[in-house]
Amino acid sequence: MTCRTPLRGIFAGLGRERLPGTVFSLVLAAAAAPSAHADANAGSVLAHQGSAGVPACVSCHGMQGEGQAASGFPRLAGQNQDYLLKELQAFADGTRKSPQMNPIASALSAAQKRDATAYFASLPAWKQQDKPNTSSPSYQRGRKLATVGDWNKEMPACFICHGAGGRGVPPHFPALVGQPRAYTRAQLEAWRSAKRANDPQGLMRSVGAKMTDQEIADVSLYLENPSPAEVEE
Amino acid sequence: MANRPNDSSRSDAPSRRFHPVWIVMVVVATLLLAGLVAIPAVLVSETKPPAAAPAPSDASGQNRNGAGSAPAVVEQSPSPGKLRQAKTVQVDFSPPADEDMPSGPFGDAVRLGQKIFTDTQTYARPYVGNKLRCVNCHLGAGRKADSAPLWAAYGMFPAYREKNKRVNTYEDRLTGCFRFSMNGKAPPRDSKEMVALVSYSYWLAKGAPTGVALKGRGYPKLAQPARSPDATRGKAVFDANCAICHGADGHGTQANGGYAFPPLWGPNSFNEGAGMARVPKAAAFIHANMPLGKGNSLSEQDAWDVAQYMDSQPRPPDPRVAKSR
Repeated sequence: MTCRTPLRGIFAGLGRERLPGTVFSLVLAAAAAPSAHADANAGSVLAHQGSAGVPACVSCHGMQGEGQAASGFPRLAGQNQDYLLKELQAFADGTRKSPQMNPIASALSAAQKRDATAYFASLPAWKQQDKPNTSSPSYQRGRKLATVGDWNKEMPACFICHGAGGRGVPPHFPALVGQPRAYTRAQLEAWRSAKRANDPQGLMRSVGAKMTDQEIADVSLYLENPSPAEVEE
Repeated sequence: MANRPNDSSRSDAPSRRFHPVWIVMVVVATLLLAGLVAIPAVLVSETKPPAAAPAPSDASGQNRNGAGSAPAVVEQSPSPGKLRQAKTVQVDFSPPADEDMPSGPFGDAVRLGQKIFTDTQTYARPYVGNKLRCVNCHLGAGRKADSAPLWAAYGMFPAYREKNKRVNTYEDRLTGCFRFSMNGKAPPRDSKEMVALVSYSYWLAKGAPTGVALKGRGYPKLAQPARSPDATRGKAVFDANCAICHGADGHGTQANGGYAFPPLWGPNSFNEGAGMARVPKAAAFIHANMPLGKGNSLSEQDAWDVAQYMDSQPRPPDPRVAKSR
């Protein structure tokens, strides 16, 4: 709602052809850029209570935004806001398909999208709770894919683009760590089949196309609870 | 002048003793035949590295001398054009797996070398003057073919280099990396960093022949482009394909307290003396390797243009030029 004030200012300025006033209004409009405008408190209310036609986010994404391992609903806590917002918009305009998220995202206003994503981005990022079973061969293979990749088939390591430890590189590369393995697996399969196709420059479709079922299972297992190789020695 | 008569008399001498010379020539001709047979063998199967590969470079020279004496063999061998190709026959080689790194002090040096390679800013801090890491240009921790892999570089030194007009050892070559690409100063020869980098390279090259161009060495050279490289077209290529990682301003992207994607120009990038500051080399690297994981997806013209754009941006000066100023 408050967004309208600077806009009114702009139009008023244009109407009276007062250049300094117009410039001033433009500055105001710039200051009202999306993320600066987002209200994480309002986002918190929305996340926990929902609104008309929109269920509470936490009912699927967990009370702390930690996701739901069994059903593969993704972790949102600590994810970078640019990425969350971009995905919500993709759900809303249908460029990313999800039977659950498409109607919800469509029902959210632009302000609600900003508020909710600001809230989840402000929650603590993933921290290891329990030691993984690092002796599992699948886990070991997953770690190698995540940290080294497989250049024999020109497959870069996940962490090259998604940042050290998979903690994400805003704005384009989301954090991967702590995601339920079912979620990571479903996404990699979706990239591979190009059912999900909202990646910049087709980067993830290109990676997905090179992955075997086994590799997808391995790396999804690792990313759920990653330990660097050094830690266990 | 006084020697001349002596010389001519010496050269006369063998002409009188025919038999030994002819024996030598026959032996040479036999070797020649063997060499010419070896070339097609190499061409057919490029998989047998050490013994076969050096043959072609010798054989083309021998062919010129022996063509007249062994025409039958020349007919069987590839055409002269093919022979020239044979000179650049490349040998397949795979470096050992990380899991097979040795233990003990040498293994420790190899492991340190790999760490320097992947986390240069931490493990070679005093010698680095920018924010790059070795792996930015040598992908896959120095393993990836067509991305100047260490295993293919190691066996090619010592070698004469036009860049500094002398015979360079492998350590000299690494020195160049630090001075230009890393815009810093080389670790001393006996430093643990230099020993570690040489150890890591040597280990990666385990079992590779020396003095032979291995397949995947350096960056695959591109043919001259149809249109001369153009920075304006290059900027469009950059914005569409590179900016997402390297930033719209080419200064890289930082995350978690370090550079997630390297700066391509500006104060934290390689200096004017680096190989990557030369358009043909940059174009070759870009075409084979960029965008990451999608090598060979850009057209060659796009690679030339974006290389031209990158290399027309400001960066630290060449220390050799800076010194003479």
